[in-house]
Amino acid sequence: MSAQTPDGTDNAVAPASADTIGSRMRRVFTSPTFITFAFLLLVMVLFSVMAPGKFGTITNFKLLAQNVAILTVVSVGTTFVIATGGIDLSIPSGIVLGEVFAVKALSMIPVGGGTAVDLNADQSGIGYILIALAFSLAAGTLVGLINGVVVAYMRVPAMLATLGTLGGGLGVALLMQNGVNIATYAINPVSSASLLFGIPNLIIIAVIVAIVGIVMLNLSVFGRHTLAIGSSSEAARRVGIKVERHLVLVYTLGGFASGFGGFLSLGYFSTTSVAGHSTDNLQAITAVALGGTSLFGGVATVFGTIVGVWIPAILQNGFIIMGVQPYWQMVAVGAVLILAVWLDRIRRSSQGGR
Amino acid sequence: MTARVDGTIAPAIAAESIIKNFNHVHALRGASFEAFPGEVTALVGDNGAGKSTLVKILAGTLQPDGGTIRIDGREVTFADPVAATALGIETVYQDLALAPDLDAAANVFLGREIRRMHFFHDQAEMRRRTAKSFADLGVGLVQDLRVPVASFSGGQRQSVAIARAAMWARHVIMLDEPTAALGVIQTAKVLDLIRSIRDRGLAVVFISHNLPQVLEVADRIEVLRLGSRVARFRGGEVNVDQLIAAISGAFSNEVAA
Ligand SMILES: Nc1ncnc2c1ncn2[C@@H]1O[C@H](COP(=O)(O)OP(=O)(O)OP(=O)(O)O)[C@@H](O)[C@H]1O
Ligand SMILES: [Mg+2]
Repeated sequence: MSAQTPDGTDNAVAPASADTIGSRMRRVFTSPTFITFAFLLLVMVLFSVMAPGKFGTITNFKLLAQNVAILTVVSVGTTFVIATGGIDLSIPSGIVLGEVFAVKALSMIPVGGGTAVDLNADQSGIGYILIALAFSLAAGTLVGLINGVVVAYMRVPAMLATLGTLGGGLGVALLMQNGVNIATYAINPVSSASLLFGIPNLIIIAVIVAIVGIVMLNLSVFGRHTLAIGSSSEAARRVGIKVERHLVLVYTLGGFASGFGGFLSLGYFSTTSVAGHSTDNLQAITAVALGGTSLFGGVATVFGTIVGVWIPAILQNGFIIMGVQPYWQMVAVGAVLILAVWLDRIRRSSQGGR
Repeated sequence: MTARVDGTIAPAIAAESIIKNFNHVHALRGASFEAFPGEVTALVGDNGAGKSTLVKILAGTLQPDGGTIRIDGREVTFADPVAATALGIETVYQDLALAPDLDAAANVFLGREIRRMHFFHDQAEMRRRTAKSFADLGVGLVQDLRVPVASFSGGQRQSVAIARAAMWARHVIMLDEPTAALGVIQTAKVLDLIRSIRDRGLAVVFISHNLPQVLEVADRIEVLRLGSRVARFRGGEVNVDQLIAAISGAFSNEVAA
């Protein structure tokens, strides 16, 4: 059944054995995700050797993992948005509105002489936490829903649509707060307490979100359609995928993740932070791009995003420990980002693709 | 196939006086077309004659501005491509319409994934079925089934699109220049595939600029010119010169619409 084409290539149906372990390994080792992952491991080894007993400790890693947890959550969400070939600049607005909505909801629950906002951490109950969660998620979801409708149905470029909701959402948050932050310990246990093996909840939550993201992107029909739309929205449309509706879902998911990030942030920092998240969008996009997700859509990896979240954090942490000016981290991350995207570019054009 | 009261067979798919405008471009001006079950109907015409536009309307990808579509004689409207595929109508588009970053199996099953627990796709099973149907159809692929189709050659991509359509077609298959990027061997395979699909009783619509190829495989030939049908022939009753005359407007056997 093996036929030769005029150009001499073997044209038989590829037998199962053609998909060798070797070719699969080659694909893995040349993937941008693997390269940045190797870079991350290398940097970690270097820091461990150069700062023995300080960098490579459990305590340090627990601290790091807590510090990156919120960025992890929103970056997993935005990986889906970028997988469609879109972008979400409105993450800070989702986070801050998430915080503010939660605080507003708590402040409407009378407790003793005051409201639930005034609770101490040890007075808080699951009821207050669930109410705060619901309002945070609602705020983020609303921002995401608006993004999705504006991008998918009004056909405003994602960059501008989400720039609009970034400014608009932050404005609404500042109006609701009269520009000042409110401290609350009511949902403190969410982020700092531990339900499992003494691991802070924040870390467990980030791990769960990452796993859910990996499963959704790679194993679910939803993830497959997300990638298909990013690869060719026309091809997706022709096979009957409801492209607009799916885009709304994806942007809404991104907003949902931001709202959840706001909830976690309120728990972690015990205060709203209306001005404290302004670069979270750029950090998330950096993480996604570092990890090997294509900003053109169609190719995405949640695992890569996790790696991309850790690289800047590790560099900063390591530099501080070693007494290097931590501003070098910004320089290093910028260089690695450009390098990673450039390598991806080369790999793709050598593939004969786009 | 459905026999009419008068004993003739209704076209498996038919277009009647279809009108389609893109702003100021009148792509279709009352175009009609018929394809019958168990026959290969070739649709020929010059560049820009409206062949691809007509196929997209019959596939539900474009909505006509006027006219009627009939399936087995019954009037239908296709709100979207799913409405057409639900009736067993499959299309290989001129631009292929594959998702380049997905692998062959993902493309073949895109939009109709085999699911597990509703939420998940069953990638292993989809790969297995794709490999089997590629083998059955004689579609050759050098690369394995795990790499994105972006890394395939143009001809291999075309094979994936054809195999996808052939796999799902139950009633009508429309192929818009399916051999344009293929070498000699692959072209022969596609023509064989077209015949075997016809022999399964499906209506095959075949668009090509290669007139000898059209004459080789077509049972009927319809000619489109400037957005409307100008001639119809039976396969054996026409030669290349007559087809060229019809395509260029020097000949018509159609009453003006
Ligand atoms: N989406 C579109 N927007 C505007 N004009 C279009 C569009 N699609 C097709 N047309 C125009 O409609 C006319 C018919 O195009 P169509 O693609 O159907 O021709 P065709 O017969 O398939 O040509 P070819 O043999 O080159 O594939 C052309 O004038 C073309 O420019
Ligand atoms: Mg065409």
